[in-house]
Amino acid sequence: MLWVPAALAAALLVLPLVALVVRAPWGRLGEVLVASGTVSALLLSLGTAAIATLVSLLLGVPLAMVLARSTAWPAVPRRLLRAVVTIPLVLPPVVGGVALLMLLGRRGLLGQVLPFTLPFTPAAVVLAQVFVAMPFLVLAVEGALAGSDRRLEAAAATLGASRFTVFRRITLPLVAPGIAAGALLCFTRALGEFGATITFAGNLPGVTQTIPIATYLQLQRDVPSAIVLSLVLMAVSIAVLVSLRDRWMPGVVR
Amino acid sequence: MRRIAPLLVLLLAGCAAAPAQQQQTVTVFAAASLTEAFDELALRFEAANPGVDVVLSYGGSSALATQIGEGAPADVFAAASEDAMQPLTDVYEVFATNTLELAVPIGNPAGVEALADLAEPALVLALCAPEVPCGAASQALFEAAGLAPVADTYEQDVKAVLTKVELGEVDAGLVYRTDVRSADVEGIALPEAEDVVNRYPITALTPAGGAFADYVRSAERRAVLDRLGFGAP
Repeated sequence: MLWVPAALAAALLVLPLVALVVRAPWGRLGEVLVASGTVSALLLSLGTAAIATLVSLLLGVPLAMVLARSTAWPAVPRRLLRAVVTIPLVLPPVVGGVALLMLLGRRGLLGQVLPFTLPFTPAAVVLAQVFVAMPFLVLAVEGALAGSDRRLEAAAATLGASRFTVFRRITLPLVAPGIAAGALLCFTRALGEFGATITFAGNLPGVTQTIPIATYLQLQRDVPSAIVLSLVLMAVSIAVLVSLRDRWMPGVVR
Repeated sequence: MRRIAPLLVLLLAGCAAAPAQQQQTVTVFAAASLTEAFDELALRFEAANPGVDVVLSYGGSSALATQIGEGAPADVFAAASEDAMQPLTDVYEVFATNTLELAVPIGNPAGVEALADLAEPALVLALCAPEVPCGAASQALFEAAGLAPVADTYEQDVKAVLTKVELGEVDAGLVYRTDVRSADVEGIALPEAEDVVNRYPITALTPAGGAFADYVRSAERRAVLDRLGFGAP
């Protein structure tokens, strides 16, 4: 009884990707892969996703620690904070892109006082990716923190360790698998970002045209080469996710 | 399972009940630049044909053509160029024409006056991606004028260019004459654009779409297209 729906669920997730592989124009693989547009889009995607992951680590880990501590807060601020972290996960990314324009566009709330313009730059690509991908990292790290034994931190503190030493020697090693898992999920999500990017950063080959955007535009002119681009993104994502070991997945920290 | 079973029954009943209504649906795939025109034509068509429901799907012509090629259930397809239609079918009729115009934010903050101003590197410019008809027309226009401006973004359809102009994120964008009239932007007519004319083809892909395609082509509907700025075929 369990196997039938489970197999159906797995088929639903896997079969579309199998179809992509089956329909791939293998004869044209090399030609599309070495096209200058493909290479620059792939490099831009990898570069921006890596920076977005780094930014998410620097800002997201502290946010996750605050979120983990918020269990002691009153209900309203606690739930608000959790909602703030979760919203980008459930929002259509295009809405995220419009929201970023409203804040950081040339006529945006902050954008109009900034000495530089953000839209249509690689920095805008990174910002869009951070907006949609950082919550994955925050929630993974927060899950790891919630599952870790806080008494170890208390014990270290009673033995005279400073707060920073406790963080560096106890907390960080305890949640390192959670941070690694979160960072990988964040990276792959950033790699696949489309809606917020095309809305906020636009589409300029070599500057803001990432692999998902290149794929979408190729689909309008040359479907086989769009399939090749999809395979590239799929291969990179699978490689990253397979490197995730079971015990690194959020929720199965132990 | 026991608790969700009634829900499932309701859902299934809902699916079964739908065809019982005497409502005929005509699905129309149309170029983004036809949004205002077809919204209005569909309303008039529905009023003239009770029981017919027109469902409209707008997008870049090439993206729509790809979707139809992959089996999207369209009864009618109207594209912004014959090039976008031809991979699907050679059986179509041109029902309207359109030309390009410059769109700038209200007040024209960058002081754009002519096509040649777009070559200014500091200008933030949005163009249609070359993959879609308005992008192909833009390229033809620049080639005819001997210009090679570099855009800051190549958008996936003409309405996306218009949005970037309307929001003031770009100083100028090249869109269709009809789009300028539909949005909160200023238009700058381009004498060069008279020679680069987009011809809009329409075709019925199923018998169910025939009536709507005929309706769009009919002489009395020209009034709607004329008023929105489309040219005669």
